[in-house]
Amino acid sequence: MTTEPRLLEVRKNVLKQNDILARALRDRFHAQGTFVISLVSSPGAGKTALLERTLTLLKEQHRVAALVGDLATENDAQRLARSGVPVKQITTGTVCHLEAAMVERALDGWDAGQIDLLFIENVGNLVCPASYDLGEDLRLVMLSVTEGEDKPLKYPTIFNSADAAVVTKYDLAAAVEFDELAAVANIRAVRPEMPVFLISAKSGEGMDNYLQFLTQRMHRKRRDVMDRSPAGVH
Amino acid sequence: MHELSIALNIVDMAQEEAERRNTQVEAVHLELGALSGVVKEALLFSYGIACDGTRLEGSRLVVKDIPIEVFCSSCRIAKTLQSMQWFHCPDCGAATTEILHGKELAITALELKQ
Repeated sequence: MTTEPRLLEVRKNVLKQNDILARALRDRFHAQGTFVISLVSSPGAGKTALLERTLTLLKEQHRVAALVGDLATENDAQRLARSGVPVKQITTGTVCHLEAAMVERALDGWDAGQIDLLFIENVGNLVCPASYDLGEDLRLVMLSVTEGEDKPLKYPTIFNSADAAVVTKYDLAAAVEFDELAAVANIRAVRPEMPVFLISAKSGEGMDNYLQFLTQRMHRKRRDVMDRSPAGVH
Repeated sequence: MHELSIALNIVDMAQEEAERRNTQVEAVHLELGALSGVVKEALLFSYGIACDGTRLEGSRLVVKDIPIEVFCSSCRIAKTLQSMQWFHCPDCGAATTEILHGKELAITALELKQ
């Protein structure tokens, strides 16, 4: 006699462990007043160059730090360390994305209460990082002018998961006949109303608006935290 | 390619449940959203490898694809998107950022041996 298998209904999020850790990180950053920005892009889009410039400019007025993910080398951390702010490398080995647990481990020994803005540079990859929450407040997706305007259509999941887009290497736009309108239209096709910044980390063009956007978001979060904290209620 | 690590997670979770009930799992039912960032074919391939040497060896992974459903604020109703490249209402064309479904990556049921 054959027996029918019994169907047991369960509801389990496969990435539950990561989501729980990410929520704990978010609570911790929230309590410490740290604004966290993650960067995702394909390899070579210019994450490290943009971050180097960003850290150098922001450190004048804010306490900034960065975690940088890479498969094998520590080159990026060495480059970023030149900006003179605390930087830690997360070497993932063969893992193609960062996970919340890696961020948590990397924060060991750092007093996050002393950081206003924490940047997390993900591994260069437009696919896998989309699935993992790192506890960040803002996800920046980057696209360089040399990659082609249709990148957002090819990788809609990650573009949709981001909060703002940065078009990098803008100083090369004319040389590669970059179609700016098409690129922005493609970004907003997969994520309507997403803020887009056109930037050259090399020349500095477009950096002001982008930095203003980041610091505004940071202040907005701080206000929200103050408003919600018991001390803010009278 | 992060499907192998996702498959290992699925096998771990199912195995834990099977051990708790002291039974065998014949199949795992999974909901997979179009926006989950996981490729079904790669996941199915990885699942077989992840099951090797565990209580789940020989079990099946049954995947239910979940399309992207958004809330259209101008039609005031949920709509299924026809394309991942166009986050706009398929009827009225209004842009939408409110995603109701499509990010699922969840085990929904286990088929257990009686």
